[in-house]
Amino acid sequence: MSDNTAARKPTANDETALLPPVDVIEDASGITLYADLPGVPKDKLHLHVEADTLTIEGDIDLEMPEGTVASHVEVSLPRYRRVFTLSKELDSSKVSAEFSQGVLKLGIPKAEHAQPRKVEVKVL
Amino acid sequence: MMYRSLFPRDWLAELDRLQRDVQNSFQFSPSIRGIARGGFPAMNVGGTPQSVEIFAFAPGIDPATLDVQIEKGVLTVAGERQRQHAGPEATLHIDERFEGRFRRVVTLPDDIDPNAVDAKYRDGVLRISIGRKQSAQPRRITVQ
Repeated sequence: MSDNTAARKPTANDETALLPPVDVIEDASGITLYADLPGVPKDKLHLHVEADTLTIEGDIDLEMPEGTVASHVEVSLPRYRRVFTLSKELDSSKVSAEFSQGVLKLGIPKAEHAQPRKVEVKVL
Repeated sequence: MMYRSLFPRDWLAELDRLQRDVQNSFQFSPSIRGIARGGFPAMNVGGTPQSVEIFAFAPGIDPATLDVQIEKGVLTVAGERQRQHAGPEATLHIDERFEGRFRRVVTLPDDIDPNAVDAKYRDGVLRISIGRKQSAQPRRITVQ
């Protein structure tokens, strides 16, 4: 699995977006990805898995009173986007996702054939 | 520096970090309380004639553990974010998310009312809304 945000082909809604920080942890059963997407409500989070490409996109929706004038801005864009290329041994059809308090947790299991196996040595 | 990647092969994150470092070093008028940008949580501050609005982007925190204080016109947001536990057999490929204790301080304008504070935590964003004093509101004076 590799980060591929820049190499992506341009699409219609290819506007500039923030790069959300992620943690990627791999164990025997698969890969777990955590992404920080603060300010994104559940209905504005978009996850796409197409062939071997995983796209995480989210729109920030903040309740701001009318006529707010910004005086200090660190989160300057209303959108997050990050693209990863999945490797062959991952089963992209079984991706599970949890999203709570701005943290996305993705579970990408390894395909059956790629699960680690212990090879038994027969003593003759 | 936050979000520093330990894994050099993640060149995009490295580039992102480099950009942040360059931005920080070119900030000619840093705040008296340290580097204003790049800390955790990221903060946006804005205002209306009636209130001051502070947004702290702190995802994945139990709101009950957040410590928000206003003292002498200074707002402090402090807390801790726990690491997601990985098994002993697990490999950490990318490690960019903030973990540990944090504290950020914002100097508030003089006309705020410390008793009219409202704090909400939603979708990983802490929104603090502080009202301005009635006496500081713009008033039209009728000419007799």
